[in-house]
Amino acid sequence: MEEPMIGSIPTMQEIPFFAHQKLRVLRNRGIIDPGKIEEYIARDGYLGLAKALTEMTPAEIIKEVTASGLRGRGGAGFPTGLKWQFCSQSKGDVKYVLCNADEGDPGAFMDRSVLEADPHAVLEGMVIAARAIGAHYGYIYCRAEYPLAIHQLNIAIAQARECGLLGKDILGTGFDFDLEIYQGAGAFVCGEETALMTSIEGKRGMPRPRPPFPAVAGLWGKPSVLNNVETFASVAQIVLKGAAWYASVGTEKSKGTKVFALTGDVNNVGLVEVPMGTTLRTIVYEIGGGIPGGKKFKAAQLGGPSGGCIPAEHLDASVDYEKVAELGAIMGSGGLIVMNEDKCIVDIARFFIDFCQDESCGKCTPCREGTKRMLQILTGITEGKGREGDIELLQEMAVIIKNSSLCGLGQTAPNPILSTIRYFRDEYEAHIREGRCPAGVCTALKRYTVDAEKCTGCGVCAKVCPTKAAKGEKKQPHEIDQATCIKCGVCMEKCKFEAIFVN
Amino acid sequence: MKADNAEILKEFTPEAIEILDKVIDKFKGKPGGLIPALEEVQVALGCLPVSVQKRIAAGLHIPVSRVYGVVTFYSFFTMMPRGKHTVRACMGTACYVKGGKAVVEAIEKEFHVKEGQTTADRLFTFETVRCIGACGLAPAVIVNEDVHGGVKPSEVKGILSKYN
Repeated sequence: MEEPMIGSIPTMQEIPFFAHQKLRVLRNRGIIDPGKIEEYIARDGYLGLAKALTEMTPAEIIKEVTASGLRGRGGAGFPTGLKWQFCSQSKGDVKYVLCNADEGDPGAFMDRSVLEADPHAVLEGMVIAARAIGAHYGYIYCRAEYPLAIHQLNIAIAQARECGLLGKDILGTGFDFDLEIYQGAGAFVCGEETALMTSIEGKRGMPRPRPPFPAVAGLWGKPSVLNNVETFASVAQIVLKGAAWYASVGTEKSKGTKVFALTGDVNNVGLVEVPMGTTLRTIVYEIGGGIPGGKKFKAAQLGGPSGGCIPAEHLDASVDYEKVAELGAIMGSGGLIVMNEDKCIVDIARFFIDFCQDESCGKCTPCREGTKRMLQILTGITEGKGREGDIELLQEMAVIIKNSSLCGLGQTAPNPILSTIRYFRDEYEAHIREGRCPAGVCTALKRYTVDAEKCTGCGVCAKVCPTKAAKGEKKQPHEIDQATCIKCGVCMEKCKFEAIFVN
Repeated sequence: MKADNAEILKEFTPEAIEILDKVIDKFKGKPGGLIPALEEVQVALGCLPVSVQKRIAAGLHIPVSRVYGVVTFYSFFTMMPRGKHTVRACMGTACYVKGGKAVVEAIEKEFHVKEGQTTADRLFTFETVRCIGACGLAPAVIVNEDVHGGVKPSEVKGILSKYN
């Protein structure tokens, strides 16, 4: 057996996947046992809390968080410090700290990972927030699809209580705070802040008009602060290491790091944490290792059903709140789905609007009826029934739905359509005018054709065709009758001479 | 209460009803207790038919209409009895992009069910879900609590044959 060559094993910093990352929120991933509070404490855990409770006033905590430039990692990017300040100024003895762990965005799993791998970081952030706004009770709203996250959280909460880090008289300072987990029951709209609160109240999770904002009248009408898992997981380090440390990476308006769930047609899938402002190219090609199978990059979808597609020409754009919004997507909670050239952009837009109309709670008309109509139009286009003017109609509806919907779901639902029309209008037009799906995805638009030069007339296609659409004389090039073809593709699959192609 | 008992006894055993009453007692008077109560009852009884909803409403002192409203709003709740195993095919973005649709079609064809239905032998209930956060394993199929990643349509039969 050969001796292992120690020198040839690269260090983490020599592997591009790790070298371009900067781990802050994910700093403990895979390093500590999430089931042992001692291991979290050994990595400076709860030191931020100790500092906040013993050395700082609530106003100082808010000032530090504001100065750090931390913005809501749930997607909208509202400055966290400002949110806390509003709530701290609201009058009332009873206030709530809520953690949004209802990670419903398909293609995103950073919150799950943080909860499973480092639950104490979230708890610590919540206690600090509670101290800042003067709350004594909190909830973590976690979706039911994440049983392991709930399990780890329960262990962490029990340990924190036992150590005097949750409950009465935390660290002997006289400050009380306790919390419980509230398990969601499967409704995407409950990720919207007012819907989430309505859900905790035990009702149908529908959003309510704002104002009054939750900082004034939130859960059970009491002033509440709601932040995302990743936001809370950033707080303790900001308090401990200072605002200047946190703001030392990032762009002018987007500070710190952001965790992305990198998935889709990319070699290295997984969670990546990068400084704000890293280019999309670095994320996809350096960290992600490029597109598998030598395929071309077509677009990256950011922000899930509320987001948009960023095409190849903007690969060098800096990924921060402002730039991403300018390009027609949103930062969102950090789902980043890479698509190669084989993906049909109209089909993707249809997928997202299907999701939104399915998850629309039905309370307001623009979202309930508008998303349904948009889905009908897009389905028509993918089935070859698109009409001249459909694109303009979609664009017109999109603006109205965005402007008139009650909550974030409806206000952002048209984004995937708008951004794909903006960058891939030619693909929409090919579907509508030529009845052609350039990527060959939309089944109804597929045309299976025989290459007469390659066809040997072996007759296999005619034999396997379920509708007898493939036919021809023996040893003569065969043909496929488009009228009877049901686009099952079995002829192409069985042809030994690669004589059948689809366009 | 007696008439209610007759209705619910047609569907559930006295033991199951005892569990139901215990859950109701646990959440009685707790603000926002309805959803966690329904979650626990569904896990224990398998589904939430109208008879169960009536009993919960009476126990928690809230209108049946509110219980029904909540049950029908959230996708986690079901009013129909379920199969022994729940098969969930993920149709989140990453799974969709990686061929989740073909996996769904394979399951539907193999087991003669549509999304949301239970097989005739009550062995499987088939559902699609919007992302389970296992995007790195796309396309994913979840059987009960087991996650199967990188599933090909041709593998569906083999995977499900292990559950019986």
